[in-house]
Amino acid sequence: MKVIYILWLRQIKRYVRSKSRIVGAIGQPLLFLLALGYGLGSVYKAAGQGNYLEFLVPGIMAQTVLFSAMFYGAMIVFDRQFGFLKETLVAPVSRFKIMIGGALGGATTAVIQGLLVFVISLALGFRPHDWLRLPIALLFMIALAVAIASFSSGIGSFVEDMQGFQAINQFLVFPLYFLSGALYPLDHVPTWLRIIAEVNPISYTVDAMRWAVVGTTKFGLLHDVIALSLTIVVLLVFGAIRFRHIEA
Amino acid sequence: MIEVEHLSKKFGNFTAVNDISFSVKQGEMFALLGPNGAGKSTTIKMLTTLLKPTSGNLTLNGHSVTKNQDATRKSFGIVFQDPTLDNDLTAYENMQLHAVMYKVPSREIKHRIQELLTLVELWERRNSLVKTFSGGMKRRLEIARGLLHHPVVLFLDEPTLGLDTQTRNLLWNYVSNLAKEKEMTILFTTHYLEEAEANASRIAIIDHGKLIAIDTADKLKTLTHTKTLEQAYLKLTGKDLRDEAVDPHEAWRSRVRARNMR
Ligand SMILES: Nc1ncnc2c1ncn2[C@@H]1O[C@H](COP(=O)(O)OP(=O)(O)O)[C@@H](O)[C@H]1O
Ligand SMILES: [Mg+2]
Repeated sequence: MKVIYILWLRQIKRYVRSKSRIVGAIGQPLLFLLALGYGLGSVYKAAGQGNYLEFLVPGIMAQTVLFSAMFYGAMIVFDRQFGFLKETLVAPVSRFKIMIGGALGGATTAVIQGLLVFVISLALGFRPHDWLRLPIALLFMIALAVAIASFSSGIGSFVEDMQGFQAINQFLVFPLYFLSGALYPLDHVPTWLRIIAEVNPISYTVDAMRWAVVGTTKFGLLHDVIALSLTIVVLLVFGAIRFRHIEA
Repeated sequence: MIEVEHLSKKFGNFTAVNDISFSVKQGEMFALLGPNGAGKSTTIKMLTTLLKPTSGNLTLNGHSVTKNQDATRKSFGIVFQDPTLDNDLTAYENMQLHAVMYKVPSREIKHRIQELLTLVELWERRNSLVKTFSGGMKRRLEIARGLLHHPVVLFLDEPTLGLDTQTRNLLWNYVSNLAKEKEMTILFTTHYLEEAEANASRIAIIDHGKLIAIDTADKLKTLTHTKTLEQAYLKLTGKDLRDEAVDPHEAWRSRVRARNMR
């Protein structure tokens, strides 16, 4: 437990000390909120869909958690480049503890980023549907963060450099994100796209966030929770197995 | 304590370590000596579970290194040749993280960190981020961290590279005390012949991945009919450690290392 704690703490310390990371990771969602929120808001309203900011905020919160947690895998790539990875890999500590400690640290920072985005949205005039559901939104964010941080540690443990890592981000995570219904409704897209969206775990997270933050749901809360739980289990197992074969 | 039997390592079709065998007894200080690219670090990486041998058997503290990695990892400590510190943590935090991973008892952690950071003259700088340290300071911290827990076997890969004479002497005193008092087994590599001669009970000379000779410094001199270890080394490898012909790849690696040290 102490080992998991100290490895978690390491991630937190590095995060708090890296102002550029905090600012950078807030900048992107802010840009999305402003550019899309104001830019597309009127189009959205004209199409009879209602308040776009309400639609967008839970999506952007999920986006922030998703990409911040993905960034944890990049930390492993850096640790390899700067040699620190060797220090952990020869230690008498199970690979699983190393992976979990770091991933929980990465997940924690991702959730903090997501909460910061929520605060920014409040400043932009957004109001949640029901404040009492906020702790549930937090739970969903934690679940997503843990799942994705495990996934990214699995990826970080076998890609050789940042290019390899970015490739996974570009060709897997970005497409899944854009097909998750986070930014726009996927009700009127071709069937094949809708099928992808419906087997896409991110879709269910976004839907769950929407239920918690603005009170609407497409798949139903039960489906969301089942999908999210499955995702955590699968990605944790993936991360743990990949990480077991990590080499310095 | 350490048994190496017919150890080989190939990278593609290049043989970095070629059928090496030797053994080290408990409490012994054993030196691996050889020019750049001889295969010293590769041998240590295999002994410390970081690289899989292409063939051969490795036993450490009674455990098969390849089959029982967890038990092996509990038995050794290592100071790597290349930097392995977290630059975004302070010196103290780097030490603390190591202490927890190696299960140093909580009530001893503070005391031991202070003792070792004082030894390497970094106690005053304990709360500075490592990225603000010079190459020499990082090296000293790395060594202090390696000595923090008291393993059964300690590997030191060119520990004193780039350090001044005074610090080198301090460290070797500390390390040889560990060997004597705690019966710790120590395997180190070095470029400094005098360090090998002064501290090692036995010296293994390797070149191009092959074991050329293995004996006490005195016996190596008698064997080669020479007066100094330097002459013996020269006779055995045909090379001078100080101005050896390095292969281009290794020369590049040394430059990278030199840059990292800065
Ligand atoms: N990962 C690797 N891939 C390919 N060649 C390597 C690798 N690691 C080491 N080598 C090569 O193996 C040889 C031995 O390297 P090394 O064990 O680091 O030498 P030493 O520590 O004695 O200076 C060198 O020629 C080096 O370039
Ligand atoms: Mg070396």
